[in-house]
Amino acid sequence: MKPTRVADVIVIGAGIIGAACARELARCGQQVLVIDAGLHSATAAGMGHLLVLDDNQAELDISRYSLRRWRELGPQLPDDCAYRSNGTLWLAANEQELAAAEAKSINLRGEGIRCEMIPGHSLQEMEPILRDGLHGALRLPDDGILYAPNTARWMLDNPRIRQRRARVTELDGNRVRLDSGEWLSSEAVVLANGIQAVDLCPELPIAPKKGHLLITDRYPHPVTHTITELSYLTSVHNSSGASVACNIQPRPTGQLFIGTSRQFDTLDPEVEGWLLARMLKHAASYAPGLAKLNGIRAWAGFRAATPDGMPLIGEHPAQPGLWLAVGHEGLGVTTAPATADLLAALLFNEAEPIPAAAYAPGRYLGEPTHA
Amino acid sequence: MPDLHLDGRPLCVAPGTTVAAALALGGDGSSRTSISGQRRAPLCGMGICQECRVSIDGVRRLACQTLCQDGMQVETQA
Repeated sequence: MKPTRVADVIVIGAGIIGAACARELARCGQQVLVIDAGLHSATAAGMGHLLVLDDNQAELDISRYSLRRWRELGPQLPDDCAYRSNGTLWLAANEQELAAAEAKSINLRGEGIRCEMIPGHSLQEMEPILRDGLHGALRLPDDGILYAPNTARWMLDNPRIRQRRARVTELDGNRVRLDSGEWLSSEAVVLANGIQAVDLCPELPIAPKKGHLLITDRYPHPVTHTITELSYLTSVHNSSGASVACNIQPRPTGQLFIGTSRQFDTLDPEVEGWLLARMLKHAASYAPGLAKLNGIRAWAGFRAATPDGMPLIGEHPAQPGLWLAVGHEGLGVTTAPATADLLAALLFNEAEPIPAAAYAPGRYLGEPTHA
Repeated sequence: MPDLHLDGRPLCVAPGTTVAAALALGGDGSSRTSISGQRRAPLCGMGICQECRVSIDGVRRLACQTLCQDGMQVETQA
C-alpha cells in the first residue's frame, strides 16, 4: 500500500516534548503533523518543575540551555501556562547533605548559574512551613514552574502544525502506520511518545518509573519556592525498589503539589495507598504544616527512564528518517526546549546548540547501519 | 436541634443533618467560591468529588461528610 505523504515532518506524541519539537520545526518552515493517541502522558501527570541539575555535564548542558529558553519564552506564555520563576530550595537535613549543597553551589557558580547558600536558622523565615533543625539549603532563584499540559497546547497552536488523534501501530523509517491501517509518510518522523515508544521500537532502552503526586486544596499559605530535599539527588538514581522524596511546589492558585515517589517494574496506573501515605508522611517530616491541609486529588504517572538518565535525541541508527526524542524521565518539561532545538539542528545539519553526543541514540543502539 | 451559624446567620437544623443539607436549607446551596469566581456546591454526596469543601470553625472540611453540631461556624465565602 502506497503511503500518503501528509507533511514535511510527522511528530508522534503531543506531550511537552512532541509539542516543543513540532513548534521548533514549524518555526523552521516545516509543515508538521502531530499524531497523538490521547493516552495519559507524563506531561499531564508531572508537576512541571523547571530546574537546573548538575549531576553531570550532559544534564547541566541540557537543563541550563532549556532554562534560558524558558525564561525567553516566559513572557509570551498565556496565564493558564502558570509560568513562574519562583526558584528551588534544596534542603540539607544533615551535615553530609550540607556539604553536598556547598559543593553543588561552588560547581553551579563556576558554571555561571545564580545560587546561594541559606543558613539553617534563616530557613523558616524564608519558608515558614519548614520544620526546625534543618542544616541549611541551596537556593536557585532562576528555577521555575509551568503548567505543562496548557503549555504543550499553546505550542501546538501554530498555522504550520496540524493535529490528528490516532494510535500509531507500526513505524518504518519515515513511514508510520495508523490503527486504521493507513500508512502515512513524511521526510522525517519524530518519535516523542514517552514510555509508549517501546511499543513501536522495542529495542529502545526505556523503562517506566512510576510516580505519585497529590494536590491540596487552596490555602493562604506562604510557600514561595519549590522545596526539594537534597537526598532526592541520591534516591533518584536508584534502580530498584520504591522510594520517596520530599518535593513541595506552590501553584499560583494557592494549592500545593506534594511529591514524590519512584517505583520500577510496574505499569499499574492506580494510586497505591501505602506508597502515597509514605510519601506524604515523608514530606510532612520536612514541612509539618502539610499534615493540616486537605489533599483533593492524587494520581500516578510514568516517567520514561533510560539507564544513564539522559534522553535519546537524534536519528535512529538503524532506521533512516526516524528521529528519537524520548527517555526524558522526570525532566521532560525542563528539557523540552533544548530537545527541540537540538533535534532541529541535527535534522537540518546545523550547529548543535549543546554537544549532542551524550544524548545520541547510538550509545545504546549502535552505529548507523546505512551510509 | 443543632444551632449553627452559616456565613454569620443563625440556622437551626434537625439532628443528623449534614452541613451539605444545611447549605441548601439556609444559604445559596454553595460551599465555596472557585478560583475563577464561580460558586461551587455539593455534587457526589459521598466524599469523593471534593466539590463541597467548606470552612467549618476555620478548618476546611467536606460538607457532605460532616454532621451539623451546636455552635458550628460555617463559612462559604472564605
